Amino acid sequence: MKVLVAVKRVVDYNVKVRVKADNSGVDLANVKMSMNPFCEIAVEEAVRLKEKGVATEIVVVSVGPSTAQEQLRTALALGADRAILVESAEDLTSLAVAKLLKAVVDKEQPQLVILGKQAIDSDNNQTGQMLAALSGYGQGTFASKVEISGDSVAVTREVDGGAQTVSLKLPAIVTTDLRLNEPRYASLPNIMKAKKKPLEVLTPDALGVSTASTNKTLKVEAPAARSAGIKVKSVAELVEKLKNEAKVI
Amino acid sequence: MTILVIAEHDGKAVAPATLNTVAAAAKIGGDVHVLVAGQGVGALAEAAAKIAGVAKVLVADNAAYAHQLPENVAPLVAELGKGYSHILAAATSNGKNILPRVAAQLDVDQISEIISVESADTFKRPIYAGNAIATVQSNAAVKVITVRATGFDPVAAEGGSASVEAVGAAHDAGISSFVGEELAKSDRPELTAAKIVVSGGRGMQNGDNFKHLYALADKLGAAVGASRAAVDAGFVPNDMQVGQTGKIVAPQLYIAVGISGAIQHLAGMKDSKVIVAINKDEEAPIFQVADYGLVADLFEAIPEFEKLV
Repeated sequence: MKVLVAVKRVVDYNVKVRVKADNSGVDLANVKMSMNPFCEIAVEEAVRLKEKGVATEIVVVSVGPSTAQEQLRTALALGADRAILVESAEDLTSLAVAKLLKAVVDKEQPQLVILGKQAIDSDNNQTGQMLAALSGYGQGTFASKVEISGDSVAVTREVDGGAQTVSLKLPAIVTTDLRLNEPRYASLPNIMKAKKKPLEVLTPDALGVSTASTNKTLKVEAPAARSAGIKVKSVAELVEKLKNEAKVI
Repeated sequence: MTILVIAEHDGKAVAPATLNTVAAAAKIGGDVHVLVAGQGVGALAEAAAKIAGVAKVLVADNAAYAHQLPENVAPLVAELGKGYSHILAAATSNGKNILPRVAAQLDVDQISEIISVESADTFKRPIYAGNAIATVQSNAAVKVITVRATGFDPVAAEGGSASVEAVGAAHDAGISSFVGEELAKSDRPELTAAKIVVSGGRGMQNGDNFKHLYALADKLGAAVGASRAAVDAGFVPNDMQVGQTGKIVAPQLYIAVGISGAIQHLAGMKDSKVIVAINKDEEAPIFQVADYGLVADLFEAIPEFEKLV
């Protein structure tokens, strides 16, 4: 079974981002970039499926600038077999990315596509669901467990009240939540081997996909700061303040 | 301008987040219609018709919509939604699951988790885990939007008298089925609806120690939450997680116990009216957002707190 994994290059999760002075966006100059953490979980899940003998080939795809090749090489070092970069320097919306991924799905015909549930930059939480809609496939979003059996996949999902399990016909789309697995680190020999694995570069034009958008970001601002309050000396003082000053208990 | 709001429900009751979503729709302006999709949801539709400000309730009552599988519900919403200026759903796990599928079927970009309405086509939403706020404009014929409930004060659940209309269309894609669910049981209020939330972090040391928080919460009538660190350490289940990757809460009072205050946690609770932090590390970042900070050993402070309220 062929598995396609989509990954995104984003600002590293340890970086505290700053809004640009002209409010045009977030300052990403000289900032450490990494693979989106939810995408790391997606890669790990695919690699585990291959180790179990369920997956036969893992193709990793990214939509983004040419520098996203770094994240694709990381995925190759973690165990993906080959990579595809759909190169675009533009800031694409989730729908545009989903359309490009749909074109790759048409070309590659995977049985399972695994994506992160959301990217930690735009926080959209849309691409997997949109890809599922465009492909006409079932979707198992926010997955905490994925089990393939025959021509279907059982996905346990993290939902507001607890967990829900659905069964989807293959091919299907899965998006990962935090507790699905704990991603491994790439070993040095695997990093060296990854440099020789195939990496194909495509363009939206070559795939015949329009990336026009109905959304426009007008400005990006820093959030309103919350000012620090006071330190109380004892529990008694705290309870007194909550009762008589804040009047919340 | 007419707005379609997708009712959030569990098959038994209309969830409070629906009221916040209707409030966002009211801010946009125009008539508000509510869609209740599910199986055996007649009584729910009657309840939805009482929501203040709702003009019409559409009921899609069909076995295909039980458990609200997105493969079946999204085509219904996309078909009905074509006649509307906006489609809104709460940014719950259900809303997040279904609405992007609707947007893709309508070939429009979605705007996720809005926290304010600037005008009928312009909205604010947090990005980078709440470290930046983007103002986004949509020129889509049908604007597809999820609403962060804490950004909008709920409308009244009673007082309206909307008409109720059955929708015949049944979409069964036949590619997905419900297997089962395991819902956490609790007598305490639901996290996102509670007026007071008591949350524990890594400082709780283990799951058993959360009993101190439960005791305090029961005295206060509060819900109990946890930081991502406490969840990842296996102290408590994930549905208790407050933060960017968990639940977003904005209660009247938020009590953070043994929580350092990582950015991802702050993103989930910083809109609370009053924040209390109890932590033995006086350098903990949580104190920078707390209205009242107490530097103390939580294992001494929490039992004392419980006795005094």
